Amino acid sequence: MIGFGKSSWVTLAIMAILLVLPMVFYWNGNTFYLSLATRLTILAIAAVSLNLVLGYGGLISFGHAAYIGFGAYAVGIPTYHVFYGGAEGIATTNGLFQFGVAVGISALFALITGAISLRTKGVYFIMITMAFAQMAYYMFLSIEEYGGDDGLVIEVRSKLPLVDLDNPMELFVLSYVSLVVAMLMVRTIIHSRFGMVLQGAKGNNERMVTLGYNSYLYRLVAFTISGAMCGFAGALMGNFSSFISPEMMAWSRSGELMFMVILGGTATTLGPVLGSAVFIVVEEFMSSYTVYWHLPFGLMLIGIVLFVRGGLMGLLVGKGR
Amino acid sequence: MAALLEVRNLCKSFGGVAATDGVDLDVLTGELHAIIGPNGAGKTTLITQLSGAQKPDSGRIRFKGHGITRMPAYTRAKAGITRSFQITSLVLDMSVLDNVALAVQAHDGHSFRFLKPARKIAHIRDTARDWLQQVGLGDRVDAPTSELSHGEHRLMEIAIALASGAELMLLDEPMAGLGPDESARMVTFLKGIKGTKTILLIEHDMDAVFALADRISVLVYGKIIATGTPDEIRANADVRHAYLGEE
Ligand SMILES: Nc1ncnc2c1ncn2[C@@H]1O[C@H](COP(=O)(O)OP(=O)(O)O)[C@@H](O)[C@H]1O
Ligand SMILES: [Mg+2]
Repeated sequence: MIGFGKSSWVTLAIMAILLVLPMVFYWNGNTFYLSLATRLTILAIAAVSLNLVLGYGGLISFGHAAYIGFGAYAVGIPTYHVFYGGAEGIATTNGLFQFGVAVGISALFALITGAISLRTKGVYFIMITMAFAQMAYYMFLSIEEYGGDDGLVIEVRSKLPLVDLDNPMELFVLSYVSLVVAMLMVRTIIHSRFGMVLQGAKGNNERMVTLGYNSYLYRLVAFTISGAMCGFAGALMGNFSSFISPEMMAWSRSGELMFMVILGGTATTLGPVLGSAVFIVVEEFMSSYTVYWHLPFGLMLIGIVLFVRGGLMGLLVGKGR
Repeated sequence: MAALLEVRNLCKSFGGVAATDGVDLDVLTGELHAIIGPNGAGKTTLITQLSGAQKPDSGRIRFKGHGITRMPAYTRAKAGITRSFQITSLVLDMSVLDNVALAVQAHDGHSFRFLKPARKIAHIRDTARDWLQQVGLGDRVDAPTSELSHGEHRLMEIAIALASGAELMLLDEPMAGLGPDESARMVTFLKGIKGTKTILLIEHDMDAVFALADRISVLVYGKIIATGTPDEIRANADVRHAYLGEE
């Protein structure tokens, strides 16, 4: 496809390890790592989607956890009504419907909030994207029927053709394939004419406007695509954890997604995946020792940002992409 | 000859400062019209209002007979107005060729195209390469823009203005910060493209202006105090007094 440099080989190698290693553990009777890898993979999809706007668009969205919530509730709410009645129009366990709604609602929310947020710049953009996400958070918090702050148990997983999401291996493979597709999508987009405009506007918006590009519209489209992808990750997350609560949409979760992208390396194909991997590993192994496990993660982030250009990806393949 | 650009009674002030104070200006199709004036006269502010980057407080701007006073900058660019920047304005983290290719791409249909790699679109890349060749940057196409010298950046500004395919080029001090040799090369180059485009040139260097311009307008404290051929401007007593002075 595109030039096959060192970073492409590193990307392929790491993606291969991410696929094979959990399977090896699984077939040797250790299911824990498969579950860890599934969660990692799903978070990585969210991080990859955020990277499209944050890394390539220079738009620091501090509200991407909202889409995870929309995606998961798009699985949880139709399933809830199957079990507890009401809302017959949407009561279903049909996965195609649920994933469709997850993507659709997320795209719509991104389109509307993006249309407003993208009129601002810099810190204001960060704050307003966070504010919209918090609105969504408080909305779900206040809906008693869906559990409010206790959250909602998703009684059965989405029913999809070909894959059985109750089978942990199949859920993992679906998540992994989705991640690869998401990475390829972002890669294709950023190399396209659209992607050149998006990156040009990140580097010098005044220049792009002078050339005749309405960069606002290009950014809005990127923001909407990103939201839709992140909503898809949310639907997978609902299926993975069989549970959804507003806490998954809190601003701190959006911050974690940002950290993953920046730690791994913004504007790189693999960076968001690396960032998610480090995040998952640190969370899993440090949180059993201390509740302050965010501290080492934060220190690592500061170290990388200060001393390595281009995040972990920069560390692996040298500066740049 | 018809006026490509007509400016009537344009005004803009910042706080108490009238940066543009009732400017009337006609730029004729095909001419190279220079604007001279001391620092702070309001030359850049005039350009930003013509390109749409800033909105005037009052007055009218017409381009090809259509009112564009309230038109956003990106629409004006599509209509055929481009500008270069006094302070170089490029996408520094992209290659030289990418910068110029974006200018070509801008008038090659819309850019909501998501699949085909932009760097593989031959007609855009080739056209961009040609423009870089023309300004003398043919051997720098693949360099990262951030690695070029100031002089090369000035040439890129011109290449981008040309590649954008605009009929009217607003050039804001293209020689700013260039050494004598580089300035001379730029003058030669502008002489070469003169006549193929309508150019509104802002320039400090009097020798360059008198060598290049068909007509000259003198801007002082936001007002145009004289417009005429280079000979007329040289002979104008007001101009000598207000600007050319006893240098
Ligand atoms: N954005 C701005 N805010 C406040 N004052 C400005 C601004 N831009 C220009 N000015 C003022 O307007 C006057 C004209 O500036 P400018 O157009 O840059 O002049 P020139 O390009 O002829 O040197 C100056 O007094 C300058 O300080
Ligand atoms: Mg100026």
